[in-house]
Amino acid sequence: MNDVGREPPAGHILLRHREIPEIDNLEVYRQNGGFEALRKAVTLMGPDEVTEEVKTSGLRGRGGAGFPTGLKWTFIDYDRYPHYVVANADESEPGTYKDREIMEGNPFQFLEGVAICAYAIRAETAYIYLRGEFWQIAESLDRQIEALERSGFLGDNLFGTDYSLRISTHLGAGAYICGEETALLESMEGKLGQPRLRPPFPPSFGLYGKPTVVNNVETLTNVPMIIKHGGDWYRNIGTEKSTGPKIFSLSGNVERPGNYELPLGTTFRELIYEHGGGIPNGRLIKAIMAAGASSSLIVANDEALDTKMDYESVPNVGAQLGSASVIVIDDTVSIPWLINKTIHFFKHESCGKCTPCREGNYWMVHLTERIAQGQASMNDVELLYDVASQIKGKCLCALGEFSIEAVLSGIERFRTDFEQVVAD
Amino acid sequence: MNVSDGASEVTKSLSPLSSKYAREIEAILAKYPPEQRRSAVMPLLYLAQKERMYVDRETMQEIGEILGMSTTDVASIVGFYSLYYDEPGGKYHIQICTDLPCALRGAEDFLVELCERLGILPGETTKDGLITIEEVMCLAACDNAPMFQVQSSQGLEYYENQTVENALKLIEELRTMATRGPGHYESIRSDSDE
Repeated sequence: MNDVGREPPAGHILLRHREIPEIDNLEVYRQNGGFEALRKAVTLMGPDEVTEEVKTSGLRGRGGAGFPTGLKWTFIDYDRYPHYVVANADESEPGTYKDREIMEGNPFQFLEGVAICAYAIRAETAYIYLRGEFWQIAESLDRQIEALERSGFLGDNLFGTDYSLRISTHLGAGAYICGEETALLESMEGKLGQPRLRPPFPPSFGLYGKPTVVNNVETLTNVPMIIKHGGDWYRNIGTEKSTGPKIFSLSGNVERPGNYELPLGTTFRELIYEHGGGIPNGRLIKAIMAAGASSSLIVANDEALDTKMDYESVPNVGAQLGSASVIVIDDTVSIPWLINKTIHFFKHESCGKCTPCREGNYWMVHLTERIAQGQASMNDVELLYDVASQIKGKCLCALGEFSIEAVLSGIERFRTDFEQVVAD
Repeated sequence: MNVSDGASEVTKSLSPLSSKYAREIEAILAKYPPEQRRSAVMPLLYLAQKERMYVDRETMQEIGEILGMSTTDVASIVGFYSLYYDEPGGKYHIQICTDLPCALRGAEDFLVELCERLGILPGETTKDGLITIEEVMCLAACDNAPMFQVQSSQGLEYYENQTVENALKLIEELRTMATRGPGHYESIRSDSDE
């Protein structure tokens, strides 16, 4: 059953449309092994066996938190029904654009992953929550879901069993906060997208108060390959604790920005210089943000560049891997300007529920604007640091927590940039 | 907000949502458990915006009646989410991302220059009432900046790897389309990259 010890495939595991043209056509997807994993799961494996295989694979959530996927599935409360799967396709972190490519290029593998997850947690209804801007993607997913229903891969009594499944899309309407899983669930329920107090977590109290698994698009797109080839095969890719491939969204001051599917554990240097072609116009690299706007600023020295991009190694250089949205910053960029950009984003996207985040980001916008424009003193920089420090640990969700990462690390690690712009 | 303008009266009398879009509303409601009708509020608001790119008070009230929500609750959804509008703007909203990754690739200059060429400021609408330029948050197309999306009553479309000249060409096509009826403006998408 397992392709143990087999070499990882040479091509892509997730971005397979790059090798297989028209894999977004159901027939083409089927000719390339599509829906064999779902058939295998539903007809040959019990739901718990599927979850066990995903646990064996070591797959961790690709949305940013890196939580073990199979373990999350075991947290489902089996005393209460119905269960729901909600695919998080709210991709909104500045610097992240991988789920969009998956859903545009290889949508059926994602949908197959949704279906396998639903089978594993005994859910008969799944939703895909897409950010409102992915309006066209939602339209094509709707057509693809219809095609699956016509072909018997979705609907009643799949593969002649008593298992039935329906998948629907649901469009958000422009709110970054809805990428946070409990805000997403609130939004799906027709409310303001504001995070819930946790615990309880979604596997016990999720959509409509029912047991729910919320997984990211990329996470779910891994699942058909794990079921098809086995969890042990999957473990051959990546590092011991960070298994599998990851799509790194590379952006900013780099020659060839784009999505790069590489094993977890690839170094920043390989991504930025070998794949991304290095820094344009003969400039020097200054800083790296590994998790989009939510990142600490990593000083791009040799130690950082040789750091492996996996969940365990990135903290060694004072940051997190997160969603692996790598923003490259060159030596012409002023860090005060940069943190004004990120704080402007977080101020706009704060949902307003927690006072430290709502008010803190409001005041930080004013401070960072004055600092970036050279109308501040070093006292203002210290005040900014103080305000940011007071937000830490006082918010319901990660938005507030992450909004200060670039501010604190920027002031700590690039102090001379601030000294240069403050008024004499 | 002025809700008693002539236009909303016309909509109220000629096209209440539930008579014009009965089939669409039924299909939307079928997606959610019968006792969870409120989940349909976001799709119904998109349906309402198909008419005129904003949702007036009467339509919010109608949506509230369909879903068993108060008008205030519907209005709070319109207010919270940035793709819903409660007052008229341009027929086409050109929404330019200037977040960090796009800004590192020239999106701020792109925004300023495009606005200058159109003689408006970000957030404003051109005199003919057709084009509103907005500065928006990340649109998940960071590798292809400068980029923007065009939001209209017909939905959303992405335009990537844009130049100011390119965008102005698109705007001309949108203006032509607005005066001569629907046409095809796909050709501009990302073609400066080819």
